[in-house]
Amino acid sequence: MIVLKDVLALLDGELLTSGTDPGAAFRKVFASDLMSDVLTSAEPGSLLLTGLANAHVVSTCRVADVAGVVFVQGKRPASAVVAEAEAKGLPLVATKMTMFEACARFAGLVEDGGHGRG
Amino acid sequence: MGEAESVYRKEFPVRGGDFAKAGAAACEIKELLKDLGIDAASVRRAAIVAYESEMNVIMYAREARMDLTVSPGKVRLVVDDRGPGIPDIELALTEGYSTATAEMRELGFGAGMGLPNIKRNADVFAIDSEVGRGTRLDITIRTNGHHTS
Repeated sequence: MIVLKDVLALLDGELLTSGTDPGAAFRKVFASDLMSDVLTSAEPGSLLLTGLANAHVVSTCRVADVAGVVFVQGKRPASAVVAEAEAKGLPLVATKMTMFEACARFAGLVEDGGHGRG
Repeated sequence: MGEAESVYRKEFPVRGGDFAKAGAAACEIKELLKDLGIDAASVRRAAIVAYESEMNVIMYAREARMDLTVSPGKVRLVVDDRGPGIPDIELALTEGYSTATAEMRELGFGAGMGLPNIKRNADVFAIDSEVGRGTRLDITIRTNGHHTS
């Protein structure tokens, strides 16, 4: 489990949604730009890391029970997308880190997760 | 739900090319099923089936009607579209096979996982397609864990 406020600290992230519980917790982390992959493989309660910043991300999270989103590499969704996420209680985070860097940060939290990091 | 009101039905029209409303029907279906007291895992499977179906219609067909029927122990979704049809259904059911355009892929879809993912989340899956006319999906999801009945 990782808590939203710890995600913000880990990724030097900015919380885009207001009224989101900083204590919201995520069971798993899943990274993809393909919503098809999110629908196929992300587990309920996951935190999604993605470089895709359109309204389909929020719809996909609602359908697949994804509990939060981090937009990597400085991507920011339109204000209407943020408003939709706020209405549904879905926390959105923006970070300037690349997808690789963000994933590496999470991997560093996992026991033996440092494998493959050069 | 009592016996007298044990069947719930609703139709959802979907228009081809209407990317702005993508996911609206699936999200509504999800809320309805939750309100009807269906278990969370079945609701999620039904919502994924509905969303993938809705995206397929939006990406490829002219229009479709999605018919949702909820009865004790099962959720049934029939998606009947008017569109190009699928020339080779077996190929379309192959994971990764896709005829999506670059525009569709930029939206995060068209990875060739739609139909396979619908099939994966269905307990009963039937597909019928005629080139030049359209495609009909008939999907049943057993609810409350009765997946083997």
